[in-house]
Amino acid sequence: MATKTQVEAVINGEPIEFLCEPRQSLLEVLRDTLGLTGSKEGCNNGNCGACSVLIDGALVNACLVLAVEIQGRQVTTIEGIATPDGLHPLQQKFLEHAALQCGFCTPGFIVAAKALLDRNPDPSEAEVRQWLAGNLCRCTGYDHIVKAILAAADRPTGAEAHP
Amino acid sequence: MTQTEKTSRPGFRVIGSSPLRQDGVEKVTGRARFGADIHLPGLLIGAVLRSPHAHARILAIDTSAAAAYPGVKAVVTALDLPELESKIADIGEASINQRYQSNNILARDKVLYFGHAVAAVAAVNGHVAEAAAALIKVDYEVLPPVLDVRAAMAPDAPILLEELRTAELGDHGTGPTNVAAHLLLETGDIARGFEAAAVVVERAFTTAMVHQGYIEPHAATAQVEADGQVTIWCSTQGTFGVREQVASILRLPLSRIRVVPLEIGGGFGGKNNVYLEPLAVLLSRKSGFRPVKLTMSRKDVLAATGPTSGSVITVKLGADAAGKLTAAQATLIYEAGAYPGSPVGSAMDVIFTPYRIPHVRIDGYDVVVNKPHTAAYRAPGGTNAAFAAESVVDELSERLGLDPIAFRLLNGVHEGNRKVDGVAFERIGLLETLEAAQSTAHYRAAAPGRHRGRGVAAGFWGNYGGKSSASASVNADGTISLIEGSVDIGGSRTSIAMQLAETLELPIETVRTTIADTDSIGETEGTYGSRTTFATGWAAYEVGQKLKVGLKERAAHLWGVTAADVDYADGVFRSGAEHMTFAGLAAQMDGTGGPVVASASVQPSSWGPGFAVHIVDVEVDPETGKVDILRYTALQDAGKAVYPDYVAGQMQGGAAQGIGWALHEEFIYDGQGRLLNANWLDYRMPVSLDLPFIETVIVEVPSPSHPYGVRGVGEVPIVPPAAAVANAIYRAIGVRLTELPMSPGRIVAALRAQDR
Repeated sequence: MATKTQVEAVINGEPIEFLCEPRQSLLEVLRDTLGLTGSKEGCNNGNCGACSVLIDGALVNACLVLAVEIQGRQVTTIEGIATPDGLHPLQQKFLEHAALQCGFCTPGFIVAAKALLDRNPDPSEAEVRQWLAGNLCRCTGYDHIVKAILAAADRPTGAEAHP
Repeated sequence: MTQTEKTSRPGFRVIGSSPLRQDGVEKVTGRARFGADIHLPGLLIGAVLRSPHAHARILAIDTSAAAAYPGVKAVVTALDLPELESKIADIGEASINQRYQSNNILARDKVLYFGHAVAAVAAVNGHVAEAAAALIKVDYEVLPPVLDVRAAMAPDAPILLEELRTAELGDHGTGPTNVAAHLLLETGDIARGFEAAAVVVERAFTTAMVHQGYIEPHAATAQVEADGQVTIWCSTQGTFGVREQVASILRLPLSRIRVVPLEIGGGFGGKNNVYLEPLAVLLSRKSGFRPVKLTMSRKDVLAATGPTSGSVITVKLGADAAGKLTAAQATLIYEAGAYPGSPVGSAMDVIFTPYRIPHVRIDGYDVVVNKPHTAAYRAPGGTNAAFAAESVVDELSERLGLDPIAFRLLNGVHEGNRKVDGVAFERIGLLETLEAAQSTAHYRAAAPGRHRGRGVAAGFWGNYGGKSSASASVNADGTISLIEGSVDIGGSRTSIAMQLAETLELPIETVRTTIADTDSIGETEGTYGSRTTFATGWAAYEVGQKLKVGLKERAAHLWGVTAADVDYADGVFRSGAEHMTFAGLAAQMDGTGGPVVASASVQPSSWGPGFAVHIVDVEVDPETGKVDILRYTALQDAGKAVYPDYVAGQMQGGAAQGIGWALHEEFIYDGQGRLLNANWLDYRMPVSLDLPFIETVIVEVPSPSHPYGVRGVGEVPIVPPAAAVANAIYRAIGVRLTELPMSPGRIVAALRAQDR
């Protein structure tokens, strides 16, 4: 069996050390080694976005990153989005807008949406749809998801689309 | 089933509101545990070896190298499964012979599709299990595959299942065949009906095999104890269905199996059937009673689970000069996949049902081909059928010079009309939904312009009732703990709790729902057939009625009156001058007889069907053939929308899946039957950029078959979209597309053919 490598990183604000094989993806280590199962495996090849995480603020699919690559980096997963005081506004708006049905893709969407709002606090509907094109949802038709994100950005939703 | 007074109250206090869903916080914080999120001490991970061939005889399997691989704890093949007699079993809107299902879990004599499971391994981790599975040697005699229903029906076609005989009109054929069944529905005399027609339109359609496309891959974990007791944790639409299937496949008593539901990441019909659960049980048993988890890769999901049938359908419709339909004929040939059991029967139930037609003949064929065994997919068979029928309805209304909605209003079914199978409708809401469609801003807006078109289609789905159970206990502070057996795939914990809260005239915050395992609640069929809010909600209603009876007895005891003298309204018990709030009485349970609990099981004998009407504007790029959805409105009769935000979500989700089916999605096989696009880059589901906001209009024509008028809402919204999009494309470019998906290449080809 492969030799394990020691990795030190900051995950959701906490310094953390773990051992992993070089072939293990960040997603595998998050889920199986660190118990952070909020990041989901939908495809394991970067097509669905259910494992979206932030590495030093950049949105990536955890299935496409080797765990050894996060040495010395800051990782934010869905488990790190809420604060001890309560839900992140995106999480709250997802609930208020019924933006989830089965909820499996939801962590990836919330992490991806946070990355968007961190760089563009006032996105248009088109910008939201463009940004989310790497996250698959099969239940909702995206309607309530896009509206929840626009609401979290404090922007009126698309009711004006057809005057 | 308990007899129920059928109340029809205009005012609701909880039903029709949209509280935050009870499982919401867990799901937005990543804490909810889905199928693959379970970890147990000593857990082993499994891997499945799958066939690289679409059709081959298995001559020998050598597992010795895999068994000897370091870290491997168990290897199983079909020899580890009991050989079963033929017996048909129902699995959530689909059925399968249990022997075939066993062979689908692990191939015994033959592999029948690319991806068919042949062996499974359990090891200390997934990498070891996969490496070991790759060491299993299978000696195949490769046979020619049959990949098309027309080829499969040819007299000299290679035969998939040597013992299969055509079931036809109560009889069985005599020779080997790939046609599992020929079904017939008939009323009147179609020859006479077409003689009476002034206009007749006949067209042939084909649709591709498509997948449900749930984002969560299948996952199952099993622990077998040394005494044979089995616990299964899995992501499924129906825990009791898993229990029944595993018991049947492994010949175990039902009471020896406990199925614990984890959260489910989408199903759409595809997570009723078991695939991994029996393997996890076999591997746990063979590995010295360690827990074993199996999860599928996306490739495995696409190649070897689901999908729904591709089909070949012909439709012929006739109408008189006034626009009244006189006759309808259809032939539907559906791919069953490797084993019999396509949804052709429910397709026949859908195809002409929105309309009053005096003379009808529908022939259906269930045909096996070397593709994965089909499973239910949201209104199984309905989308294909409506694509064909509603395209012809559109063409007929155009020939008659009638507005497509006016034509449907002229011919639409209402209460008292009979379906082709003779069943008469109770109160239904098709006409109301069509009228609502006519008056939408979308339909009244100006025609959308050059290379743009507006299409309309209607759809029917019968819905289902089924067995459901619920129980509840009143807590000393006046809150209620509700336990039920339906897994929550899109808000049903809350929609069921809302019906209990409504019955008890209490705020929704009073009721908290837990979904129980199979040992902890009465039998409850799966979350399929648009039945969960309808039937399990009904069980919750019955529980509420019983709790009221129990609490009235306590009030009577306290006040020295009889229970019949106690009234309950607005959360307050009253008798004469005495009164006590629900919470006040709950605090008195201790000392007046102890806990007040109630349970109820229902099996409704009738349920209200659903109708939907969809309107879509598209733009077609004549250079590339790309179709953009500009605007989309979905309308639907929900009976009574218990949880409107989530009813709208079902309508939007069904529309989105239907749009994907219409424009992009298809399984692409090579000549040897290998699936070429078993990934989401090449199996193209809609992304956020492909869709506009989907407008929804909920029509409420209460179902007389439910205490609160509820109709199932989940399935019918996938019935109209493909036809609506096809009709819109026709208005945009003047060509009728008769093949799904209406992908860019097909549209360009159709435009070129038109130019010639």
